[in-house]
Amino acid sequence: MGLLFSFFAVTALIVIVFIGVQAAHLHYLFGVIIPYAAFLTFIIGIIYRVVKWGRIPVPFRIPTTAGQEKSLPWIKHNKIDNPFTSLGVIVRMALEVLLFRSLFRNTKTELRDGPKLSYGSTKWLWLGGLAFHWTFLIILIRHFRLFLEPVPIPIEILEALDGFFQVGAPVLYITDLIFLGAVTFLFLRRVIIPQIRYISLAADYFPLFLIGAIGGSGVLMRYFLKTDVVGIKQLTMGLITFSPVVPQGIGIIFYIHLLLVSALFAYFPMSKLMHMAGVFLSPTRNLANNNRAVRHVNPWNYPVKVHTYEEYEDDFRDKMKAVGIPVEKE
Amino acid sequence: MYNAGKIIIGLLIFVGLVAFPFVYSGGKATAKPDPKVDTPEILKLAENERKCVEPKAYMKGEHMVLLNDWRDWVVRDDNTIYTATDGKKYTMSLQNTCMKCHSNKKKFCDECHNYTAVKPYCWDCHIVPKEKET
Ligand code: HEC
Ligand code: HEC
Ligand code: HEC
Ligand code: HEM
Repeated sequence: MGLLFSFFAVTALIVIVFIGVQAAHLHYLFGVIIPYAAFLTFIIGIIYRVVKWGRIPVPFRIPTTAGQEKSLPWIKHNKIDNPFTSLGVIVRMALEVLLFRSLFRNTKTELRDGPKLSYGSTKWLWLGGLAFHWTFLIILIRHFRLFLEPVPIPIEILEALDGFFQVGAPVLYITDLIFLGAVTFLFLRRVIIPQIRYISLAADYFPLFLIGAIGGSGVLMRYFLKTDVVGIKQLTMGLITFSPVVPQGIGIIFYIHLLLVSALFAYFPMSKLMHMAGVFLSPTRNLANNNRAVRHVNPWNYPVKVHTYEEYEDDFRDKMKAVGIPVEKE
Repeated sequence: MYNAGKIIIGLLIFVGLVAFPFVYSGGKATAKPDPKVDTPEILKLAENERKCVEPKAYMKGEHMVLLNDWRDWVVRDDNTIYTATDGKKYTMSLQNTCMKCHSNKKKFCDECHNYTAVKPYCWDCHIVPKEKET
């Protein structure tokens, strides 16, 4: 259900471009207005979601992490997995964001003959996820050649490294191959493994199809259906400098790529893709485990009205003295 | 908001990153490339003969594919003559055909390539046509 729905949703986006650009000639709408609107939705949506998350009180620091917490001097403290200081937290967070450390600990449960339950390590999701996210990032950074003028040297270096094997012309980028392979792997994993297929929803398939279609259309545009890249850069630089122009003669494949990207950007803040910002707000990752050293007052604690002993004594001092009960203040 | 300081720093980094291209270009319109086809070799041709190997629209997008094919045909298949779609025959050579007409590499090839950050590695080996510094 979710699979077919997502497939047809992405197909519909492509059909919309054919109708809008090819038939109705709405180049300005698809080349300028929709991208701007999507970009604004992206920024405002992300800020809105993060602020909304920020307003939720943080619970007690979660001590059940994967390492030994700081305790007695002769017990070895795991400084990264169970950090005590902010520096430790930063290191743990950086490793999580850059290397997906918690996914590395992924396990597979199997029922063997016996019957015996056994757990083994599986690294495939970690590897596929890492390949996917890193190539996505590199492709995104390379795309800044379309948005910066003059193009900074680091981007040119990245292009040269990415095309290191100098296969064909235009040069084949290795990241393009790995990216499409990784998206395919992540998709097949959802449909082939029964348990994962069972919990997969349209919200899981749609981003995969969308990103797959973005990669597919980009690869088609670069290697097969050539369009006027110089014209495209005029369009993108027009967007960047707020003086939009829509040059003639840019192929439909570019508008398909662009609408799919716009859809991704607009969809981002309202989808699971928000994990890009959410990972930084994960309580099990961003809180130092210093429960025993630093007092943590729950923000939602109800203000309890207390009546201390001193106040009690003030109220009843005379009566207490009269019956001979010792008092602290005379 | 709880931990407002840290969250706002994070959001500022995010906004800074997405705003970077807009700031970098400074809102100025940038010059678009203008490849010049006024080399002596081209001007020698009759007015209506001043055409590329293939139609301009095709060359614009596919010139690197054409060059790649030429290279394969010459180096692998020992086939040196290219028959264009209009029937004209050309010797397949980067230096002796393309660069004979387009002897102004800096004002032609590089004009587009610098704009789109393309760095063909061909010139590691092939000789760049001699040009007067301008
Ligand atoms: C109209 C602008 C334009 C002109 C003029 C032009 N090129 Fe290109 N060339 C491009 C663009 C744009 C690309 C990259 C296409 C892409 O990224 O998909 C490119 C790519 C290439 C590539 C592939 C490079 C790579 O590493 O992927 C080669 C080779 C090439 N051009 C050779 C030449 C030569 C030789 C000339 C001069 C005779 C020339 N080009 C003139 C726009 C131009
Ligand atoms: C006979 C001389 C001649 C030869 C040989 C030649 N060109 Fe051209 N080329 C031209 C002319 C003239 C134009 C301009 C065509 C026009 O404006 O209609 C042109 C246009 C181009 C363009 C498009 C420029 C633009 O502004 O969009 C590219 C790219 C190009 N040539 C690359 C090549 C490459 C690569 C080769 C070798 C495979 C080559 N040319 C061989 C004469 C030549
Ligand atoms: C490693 C050095 C090297 C690089 C890099 C290189 N070539 Fe060549 N190329 C050669 C050699 C050697 C020949 C063979 C020359 C011969 O047999 O006369 C050749 C031949 C060719 C030919 C046919 C013959 C001729 O005279 O031009 C073409 C076309 C060609 N190369 C295009 C390219 C293009 C386009 C690129 C960049 C994408 C490129 N080459 C990069 C070394 C290189
Ligand atoms: C989510 C972001 C995006 C992804 C994942 C993506 C993906 C891709 C991929 C995989 C390619 C193949 C070639 C390459 O790797 O360079 C490509 C090419 C291309 N993309 Fe994107 N893209 C994105 C955003 C954009 C945007 C915002 C634009 C412009 C408005 C754009 C314009 C292009 C163009 C013009 C090409 C062809 C480049 C060439 O011919 O060399 N892309 N894209």
